Amino acid sequence: MVTAVDAAAVAKPVAPQRGGLWRYILIRLILIIPTVFILVTVVFLLMRVTGDPITAALGGRLPPDQLAERIAQAGYDRPLYVQYFEYIGGVFRGDFGNTLTDGRPVVDILLQYGAATLELAFYALIVAFVLGIPLGLLAAYKRDRWQDAALRIAAILGYATPIFFLGMVLKLIFSVGLGILPVAGRAGTRTQLKLQSLDDPTGIYLIDAFRIGDPGAVGDVLLHAILPALALGILTAGIFLRLVRTNVIGTLGAQYVTSARSRGVGEYRLVTKNAYRPALIPIVTVIGLQIAMLLAGAVLTETTFEWNGIGFMLSEYLKARDFVAVQGIVVMIAVVVAITNFIVDVVAALIDPRVRY
Amino acid sequence: MSPDTSSGPSGIPDAAPALAAVTTRKKPLADRIPVLSHLRRSVGLQRGMLLIGVVLTTLFVLVALLAQWIAPYGFAQRSVDGTDFGTLQAPNATNVLGTTVSGFDVLSRTIWGAQTALLAIICAIAFSIFIGVFLGLVGGYFGGWLDRLLVVLADAIYSFPSLLLAIVMSIVISRGQSTLEGGILASAIAITVVFVPQYFRVIRAEVVRVKTEPFVESARVTGVPIGRILVRHVLRNSTRSLPVVVTLNASEALLTLAGLGFLGFGIEATAAAEWGYDLNRAVSDVTSGIWWTAMPPGIAIVLVVLGITLVGESLNDLSDPRLRTRRRAGGKS
Repeated sequence: MVTAVDAAAVAKPVAPQRGGLWRYILIRLILIIPTVFILVTVVFLLMRVTGDPITAALGGRLPPDQLAERIAQAGYDRPLYVQYFEYIGGVFRGDFGNTLTDGRPVVDILLQYGAATLELAFYALIVAFVLGIPLGLLAAYKRDRWQDAALRIAAILGYATPIFFLGMVLKLIFSVGLGILPVAGRAGTRTQLKLQSLDDPTGIYLIDAFRIGDPGAVGDVLLHAILPALALGILTAGIFLRLVRTNVIGTLGAQYVTSARSRGVGEYRLVTKNAYRPALIPIVTVIGLQIAMLLAGAVLTETTFEWNGIGFMLSEYLKARDFVAVQGIVVMIAVVVAITNFIVDVVAALIDPRVRY
Repeated sequence: MSPDTSSGPSGIPDAAPALAAVTTRKKPLADRIPVLSHLRRSVGLQRGMLLIGVVLTTLFVLVALLAQWIAPYGFAQRSVDGTDFGTLQAPNATNVLGTTVSGFDVLSRTIWGAQTALLAIICAIAFSIFIGVFLGLVGGYFGGWLDRLLVVLADAIYSFPSLLLAIVMSIVISRGQSTLEGGILASAIAITVVFVPQYFRVIRAEVVRVKTEPFVESARVTGVPIGRILVRHVLRNSTRSLPVVVTLNASEALLTLAGLGFLGFGIEATAAAEWGYDLNRAVSDVTSGIWWTAMPPGIAIVLVVLGITLVGESLNDLSDPRLRTRRRAGGKS
């Protein structure tokens, strides 16, 4: 992801200070609209370029006259632009249509399974921070020594291992080999039943388990989360490690650090106090890009661990060729990514006033 | 060799700009080929990492090219001399790494998988360089509304999770399944769409920088045709960071290909061997404690991505003076 960092640096030249924070937030907020709009359009057009969703899902399985009837019923025989404007209108009202395979509103699927993905992404981010940032500081502090080499190689290995393969290796070691962690799923059968008895479940199992007030359920939920969180988090941890290392080494060359060094401040203190904070800004920016990667990674992790989230559903609907559902999920992820990028940019602007418009 | 050698030597050899200005003579060939020159400049740990990367990458390319002769069996072969391999056989004399749930030889499929991976990577990189460089050159040089539109589009696509975009693309291109050529082409185009924005941004940024340089101005004043200015004066001086981007993207391309295969959008098992697809079939084996169907293709992916990433990383570090380890003059630096 070094390219992403470079590209981000290229794309966001330090603009001269023109306005306050509120102006910046407003402009960034307005900029979300074209981004989401472009993505919705691109996805819509791409999904329709080769035909209608009904033929994709049921073509060959139904006789031609019935197929034509279904197509007409769903309105896919109308001109593409009519369908497009209708779809856009629906998206703005929060209506993504109904799935072809089981006829459920796509919005329901997004809400029901989105919580599980958020929970997984949250755990993965914790893993990434806890591993990535301290180890990155250590690598910068021990620059060019064996610790640095080992950490960098570990980070590159984390990047080079596909999430699903890492997941399978973790499963082989901890579930099949040692038998200490569950193989798949978000909770054991008994816990799941208890959680479902809750009146208004949040869908985030950890919160729900706490609300039941059952320590056994909390433990069970956490135990199930360990392997997926590691599989998904290690990739991001590796990226954080490299970022922290590169940026801290970069800031260590800055004048104020040199002056601090000349005042006799120790090298360890320089790394953890002086060089650390300014090095955080690019990391905040990259987290935004990482959220997008994390969501894509969640698709693979959820498939590997049968974690019932939006990514798992996406791959199920993909297998069923239900392109209405696929389109809805993809658009939804695009919206989430755009909003997180907005939040990240605002946070970056709070840390460093120079990035404001 | 790694793909970036094909991208041609960069216009300004970034070895030592100050030195290049002094010595007007042409540098020796070995100093102008990207990876080789980097290797000569590197020391210590950085040289070690680059060397490991180059070795792994070369090994990968060799295995891919010689798959036909190295692999004991075909990638879709289920029997030898009339006797079936059997399904999910543990490693044995006939099948050194055992067999898969479909009764294929694991070792052979892993070796053939290299060929599929190499083809997909080369296609993807070639397409994205071609389109990305062209758009970046045009957008950066001419500016205007087209440039602004391209930038907004590139940003929107760039912020989108790449794997999801690749999935959408592969649905569009092949509606899921396909043959070797079709499958590789579909995956390559899917990966291309993901990477074009990166090439576009990198090249555009360079072009915007270069186009105000005096030598471009003077070429324009003296009436050099626009196409010649674009190619000879602007493009040749804008490819500095291309080798780094190409190598890093090559590894990402492989990961995307494997991800697509893992989610069931790969190439059918009877058409070619693809590591991601084989891993998808191995998920349930792992749960029942069978390791030999998952480990070989998985380790193959890790080694290849590791090799290409190490090359890309080292090139990046060596091009960035802040990160370059300096040759020690005399004692400890």
